[in-house]
Amino acid sequence: MSGKVIFLLSVALSSAQQLCTPGASDGYKVRLSIQTALGDNAYAWSQNELFLFRATLAFAMRNHFDGQDFQVANIIVCDETQRVSFWFVVTWPDDAARLVDGSEVELAIRKSRKRINSAFLLNDRTLEFVGIVPTLAAPQLPATPPWLIAFGVVMGAVGAGFVILVVSAAVQKRRKKKENVVDVAEDEGSDVEAPPPKPLKNGSVRQDPNGISNVAFCDDERVTQM
Amino acid sequence: MRANKRSFQHFIRRLQTTPPLRSVDAMRLTLPNPGLDQRISCHEDLDRMEKEEADSRPKWDNKAQYILTCVGFCIGLGNVWRFPYLCQSHGGGAFLIPYLLLLVLEGMPLLLLEFAIGQRLRKGSVGVWRAISPYLTGMGIASMLVSFLVALYYNTLIAWVMWYFFNSFQSPLPWTQCPLNENATGFVAECQESSTVDYFFYRVTLNSSSSISDSGGLHWPIVVCLCAAWTVVCICCIKGISSSGKAVYITAILPYVVLAIFLVRGLTLKGSFSGIQFLFTPKVEELINPSTWLDAGAQVFYSFGLAWGGLISFSSYNPVHNDCVQDAVILTVVTGLTSVYAATVTYSIIGFRATEKYDLCFHDNIMSLINGFNLPEDSITPSTFDSALQHLNSSDPEAVLALDLKTCDFQKLLSEGVEGTGLAFIVFTEAITKMPASPVWSVLFFIMLVCLGLSTLFGNIEGVVVPLRDLGFFPKKWPHEALTVITCLGAFVITLLFALHSGIYWLTLFDQFAGSIPLLTIGFFELVSVVYIYGIDRFNGDVEFMTGRKPSIFWQVTWRFLSPLIVLVILIFYLITQAREELTYLVWDPTSEAFPSLSSEAYPAWINGVIFLLAGVPTAIVPMYALCRFIYVRFRQRVG
Repeated sequence: MSGKVIFLLSVALSSAQQLCTPGASDGYKVRLSIQTALGDNAYAWSQNELFLFRATLAFAMRNHFDGQDFQVANIIVCDETQRVSFWFVVTWPDDAARLVDGSEVELAIRKSRKRINSAFLLNDRTLEFVGIVPTLAAPQLPATPPWLIAFGVVMGAVGAGFVILVVSAAVQKRRKKKENVVDVAEDEGSDVEAPPPKPLKNGSVRQDPNGISNVAFCDDERVTQM
Repeated sequence: MRANKRSFQHFIRRLQTTPPLRSVDAMRLTLPNPGLDQRISCHEDLDRMEKEEADSRPKWDNKAQYILTCVGFCIGLGNVWRFPYLCQSHGGGAFLIPYLLLLVLEGMPLLLLEFAIGQRLRKGSVGVWRAISPYLTGMGIASMLVSFLVALYYNTLIAWVMWYFFNSFQSPLPWTQCPLNENATGFVAECQESSTVDYFFYRVTLNSSSSISDSGGLHWPIVVCLCAAWTVVCICCIKGISSSGKAVYITAILPYVVLAIFLVRGLTLKGSFSGIQFLFTPKVEELINPSTWLDAGAQVFYSFGLAWGGLISFSSYNPVHNDCVQDAVILTVVTGLTSVYAATVTYSIIGFRATEKYDLCFHDNIMSLINGFNLPEDSITPSTFDSALQHLNSSDPEAVLALDLKTCDFQKLLSEGVEGTGLAFIVFTEAITKMPASPVWSVLFFIMLVCLGLSTLFGNIEGVVVPLRDLGFFPKKWPHEALTVITCLGAFVITLLFALHSGIYWLTLFDQFAGSIPLLTIGFFELVSVVYIYGIDRFNGDVEFMTGRKPSIFWQVTWRFLSPLIVLVILIFYLITQAREELTYLVWDPTSEAFPSLSSEAYPAWINGVIFLLAGVPTAIVPMYALCRFIYVRFRQRVG
């Protein structure tokens, strides 16, 4: 009786092994990079960890197929390597000889990817399902583009500068007008003075109270030596 | 006897009143230049005007402002992204020999010439040449045109830098992420194949088309940034040197501060010393290559801002007895030292980036080996990689081949894309993303570039607005503010050309042709005009009057002989190389085979007309104006 049981178990085991082969069409290769992810806090890979993986995957399959009670035994693992990589296939709970379609397995894994990752303290890159591309996180776009804010600040400063310029020019003009009015009032009371010297042009003659100086004629003529 | 003596004295007196004759000694040749004394003020007049402050020219608040303005003008974007590349590609430390030599023999004499002539004649570039001889006004007009064309594309570069500056105030920086494609399974193909920084520059910032003929439309982020750039320049230059002189306190000093911060940061990063080593390792055999000397000479010429007219203008606001010889020497030393300083900082960052990329490439190869042969994770380290590869190759060569391992070339990583816009917008932005606290470094870097560019632009705008006023294009009553605003507005409209989708190709065209040959020609004519038309004797006397001592034999030899010769040689070789080369340009074409590298395309035929406008017209104006004036004067003489 026990011999029959052992025989049946070994048949079942061998058939299971035949279902899971490296390169199986409905199977996936899993690769874990625990050292890269956790460094000093890395845990050692053991059969217990493998059991957790099979259980997590069964959980993912249950999540995907409503009503189907996947068990740990439905997740068959083979070709374990020292890399920490292995192949797995998933069988139906009611029919251990039939494999679940690869595309369905992929969809199940995609749905629960985050949970699977967090069970092992890994991420999409360090827990690789070879052939299943992780859905990429969309780049974070803030509501108002920050560059517009910075641009607004700069243009505001420049605009303020222009306003200050115009205002100060107007204020200066008003001040000059006031001074002129005051000067004229003062001048009218005093004697007539000599007009202030005007800016010079070359060759012009300046009217100096002491005489006339011809600025076009200078003493230092250039004489080329023969 | 008495009659002979009297006639002899009369003969001498007559000689003393005739105009200068051509002398026998060729080195002191002076061409006839009648009426020079009527056009310029003599020394007594200058002293008198200075004492009474009779002229209404603007003045510098203090000497420091003048020196800072000149330093800011000379130190520009080229010191950060052109000189380090030339240094590295022409023999590293050995390049410093031709650079420093030509700095002293070609740059310094021309610098002193422009300073002294501006300070003596107290006018902008058009006024100075018109005073020396009305036939030389063409030189001033050419300087103005070149300054304007260069200002156009230079400010566009600043607009691009401003765009990156505005975008640096966020974490993560926008050029670290690729946008997703439609079904969110991967990134946009263009970004995936090239890199995030390439995509951000060519697609997001510029939206560049694939050829110069394909204009596309206006890309509005660039229009907005151009608006910002031109308004900033306008408000800084609006009152001439009274406003720009205050702005240079920031724009000239800030780059040095930021470079110091980056130096400290750079030296603490891994791999920076390999970058500096790569930069300065001398390859003495490069000195025999003539293009090394040509590139050194051209770099000295452009980096000093010679022949743009800005330096003459700035120097004309100095007091008459300012020591311009000392200024020229100071400026030369500062420029040389700053070039080396900026190159060191740049290459420390480049070394860091190259090391990071190399380590990444190496790590990828190790991962491929480990994954391919299912070995435990820590079995292969960078040091054991080679032996492990050999072992695996001997046992299973086909599998190793199937892994398609990449070759990681450190030297190639150090020398890729390290010139021009590629350095600032691709290499540096990528390096910054790898540093901790990236937004801070990004803000610092781009504000430094903005300041470097702005301080150069102040000189450019000065070299455009003052000649426009002297030529009489605007009514004399209009204030300086109105001229500046109109110039900036007009320039903004023209630079919308660079906001098109093909803008980057137009900018490269301007960079190549607008600021190269015309400047060399004007520089050569400047030397010839001052030495032979104004008269080297008169010029020596002027410098002696202004500074108190006659220029030494060094200045005499370089002014009369060495500097014109060097400039002429560079000009001729430049023309020859340009004429021989086929006109091609690099395009960003996602559909080309070379993608993500830029592919080389030939310019369309109508580009020759544009090149003629950019390079030919400013160069031709110098002789053409003289010729037209000669014909006009002859015509007037014949009629009147």
